[in-house]
Amino acid sequence: MKRRDFLKSVSGLAAAGALTPAPAIWSSAKAQARSETLLIVSESGPNNLDIHGVGTNVPGYEVSWNCYDRLISHEMKSGPGGVPYYDRDKFKPELAEDMKVGDMSVTFKLKKNAKFHDGAPVTAKDVKWSLDRAVSVGGFPTFQMGAGSLTKTEQFVVVDDSTVRIDFAKKDRLTIPDLAVIVPCIVNSELVKKNATEKDPWGLEYTKQQTAGSGAYKVVKWTAGTEVIMERNDAWAGGPLPKVRRVIWRMVPQAGNRRALLERGDADISYDLPNKDFVELKDSGKLNIVSVPYSNGVQYIGMNVKIAPFDNVKVREAVACAIPYQKIMDAVLFGLAKPMFGAAADKATEVAWPQPTKYVTDIAKAKALLAEAGYPNGFETTLSFDLGFAGVNEPLCILVQESLAQIGIKTTINKIPGANWRTELNKKVLPLYTNVFSGWLDYPEYFFIWCYDGKNSIFNTMSYQSKPMDEFIHGAVDAAAIGNTAKYDADVKGFVDLAFKDIPRIPLYQPYVNVAMQKNVSGYQYWFHRRLDYRALVKA
Amino acid sequence: MLTMIGKRLMFAIPSLIGVVIVTFLLTRALPGDPAAYFAGPAASKEAIEQIRKKLGFDKPLIEQFFRYTNDLAHGDFGNSLTTGQPVATEIRNRLPASAELTLLGLIVSITIAIPLGVLAATRPGSWIDHLCRVTTTAGVSLPVFFTGLVLVYVFYFRLGWSPAPLGRLDVFYSAPPTVTGLYLIDALIAREFETFRSALSQLILPAATLGIFSLAPIARMTRASMLAVLASDFVRTARASGLSPSTVIVTYAFRNAMLPVITTLSMVFSFLLGANVLVEKVFAWPGIGSYAVEALISSDFAPVQGFVLTMAVMYVLLNLFIDILYGVIDPRVRLEG
Repeated sequence: MKRRDFLKSVSGLAAAGALTPAPAIWSSAKAQARSETLLIVSESGPNNLDIHGVGTNVPGYEVSWNCYDRLISHEMKSGPGGVPYYDRDKFKPELAEDMKVGDMSVTFKLKKNAKFHDGAPVTAKDVKWSLDRAVSVGGFPTFQMGAGSLTKTEQFVVVDDSTVRIDFAKKDRLTIPDLAVIVPCIVNSELVKKNATEKDPWGLEYTKQQTAGSGAYKVVKWTAGTEVIMERNDAWAGGPLPKVRRVIWRMVPQAGNRRALLERGDADISYDLPNKDFVELKDSGKLNIVSVPYSNGVQYIGMNVKIAPFDNVKVREAVACAIPYQKIMDAVLFGLAKPMFGAAADKATEVAWPQPTKYVTDIAKAKALLAEAGYPNGFETTLSFDLGFAGVNEPLCILVQESLAQIGIKTTINKIPGANWRTELNKKVLPLYTNVFSGWLDYPEYFFIWCYDGKNSIFNTMSYQSKPMDEFIHGAVDAAAIGNTAKYDADVKGFVDLAFKDIPRIPLYQPYVNVAMQKNVSGYQYWFHRRLDYRALVKA
Repeated sequence: MLTMIGKRLMFAIPSLIGVVIVTFLLTRALPGDPAAYFAGPAASKEAIEQIRKKLGFDKPLIEQFFRYTNDLAHGDFGNSLTTGQPVATEIRNRLPASAELTLLGLIVSITIAIPLGVLAATRPGSWIDHLCRVTTTAGVSLPVFFTGLVLVYVFYFRLGWSPAPLGRLDVFYSAPPTVTGLYLIDALIAREFETFRSALSQLILPAATLGIFSLAPIARMTRASMLAVLASDFVRTARASGLSPSTVIVTYAFRNAMLPVITTLSMVFSFLLGANVLVEKVFAWPGIGSYAVEALISSDFAPVQGFVLTMAVMYVLLNLFIDILYGVIDPRVRLEG
């Protein structure tokens, strides 16, 4: 009773302070501004506006994508559920007006009317300087360029003021697609050079704080950790003029509040909400919810094949038979994922990735396999996960722990803080863990180079090394480069079959990108980088 | 007075040096590798090494330390990797946000807690005493993020009285020209009354959340200290001399009971300033608490060091201020003594 009195007195105080409901104080000019402004809320924001910078985080990629142009981009096609989805195989010009692919080079003609935000024309010199920068600054951008065999500055040649030629280091199917990812963005070289220093010849400090591109939007204000405000570049030459004049991107750390903002109609778009919230929002029908599977991405249970008892393929198979697949789909993901298990026993392997395994939960079979492997009473091990994604990882691991206990495998759950996760993965000492991998370039062999190849990259978390596997992967890469489809198909089927037979990692599901928008917002497009493309969004 | 201040500041120097050394070592001892974290999702070992070199983490610890102290001496706190900004600028921008919120929360708390404590002490065992006990217990036993979420749910989501919990200002207002960094004051200086109202309405829920939480120590301390003073000889004498009850309580008892309350206030203030991380998270408030925690999560050394150092300096200054205030309230407190 008394406590209620007190709460009343506090609520009275709050009510008196608010005076009038917030929306009513907007003058008509503000209402106008609101209808042309898109308010995006998300958990975290960029730490750098330039993807070439040191340690630029994923939200930073979104700024780069919208504020810089590339020579080429992708066309759209209709994807899962009718959502516009980037077309892996069809390119469209962005800064280039024309692309001619030769045998060992590709030549781009630049659009004549393309201008940077400061009005300077985009020239071949800018293109060369930007690509040189991407392969020279080191770290992630250089690495990503290398994935398309773009490694040396000599590969980028200025033919004349508006023509650039890119020479291939070798025949590689991924070279052209790699020119359409976020990294090879074109930077205003004169402007940045003016602000570069001897210690920082590529002007990374300057572009960290402001955008110096030719893209559809430019950053007008950035308060790190709080908000990014972007305005439309009305002189954009890269495509049709975007409909949204102004984008305000606010960081709201609390997921519950992001949901409240959406439901109240104050925020226009949010992603990264918990799956449960998305399901409830979808059911309530008040908002537009788009769910699209990650391209080339799989969440999996990995086993280190260099550590006993996981060096025994029978043990790995036993674990694969003991995973509670359907429970994970229902209780952890609320159905918002694409199953990567339980394919029909007679289903032929496809030339595609990801594709489901034939494993289903079968405790009796798992027990038998474990006995066959010489562990009739099971064993003890640890099951690790990344706390940065605890929302999914923690319940998932608890279900796996429960299920493995039924076949005698006693697991201790090891929670690793986000900052430490990659360091631990790199050591390759975790015996059993869950993780997710998703590649920008949507090609099966790209995924396998990262995750199964014997050169043992950081994403080959299982330390899996197998000669036949390497032969299949490199066979497919070489076949793709020269367009030998038959050999390519055979090799892709070969490495998929081998990956499922040796089962060093157990695919669980393909995660979904979930985006919630107000009913009056449309035009969402799915991109390989899974961030928002403001250029296509429309607010009615 | 001035010599006293000088002396006190001198004594603070060794503890500040200690803070610098300890935070430096502690951040280095944290698990997690910033280079691996910032190298991005597709980084190879070489890429991580390149980043490590760029960040200077490949150097021996002692060299990193000297470089750090040298930068500090030049007023350079280093750069944050998570936000990409110089730490000194970030702290300068974020400290007023936290201070404004904390001060207002404290004012809310004081206006409720002190009268409640005084009344409870003058009538022990009465209904007001029980009210005091119940509210303080309730306030302190509700975790701040819970109170915050409930307030948001009721006043924003359900009733729609409060504006969206989107930080210090509605998205369509811009901040007033910076004078003090406190939006309420700056808006008044610039005579932007609509901005003032927007800033105030954004502040009410988080300030109430903090206020509810800090009610307990202040109210309980006021009550306890008032009870002790009311039982003392000089109050009995005052009463016996026929002074009116209000004069006895306000002029004689309350003033003497203030000292422990002031001490509690300073503790509560400095505690809230650093510890209102959860409130900042719930209300998307750009304060220093959430800044430091985010930095800690991503093993971003510079902001953590900068934060701890700023807090240490604030504690030193606050304690000094409180000691001076003691002398004003109670001349018997000999500052030099």
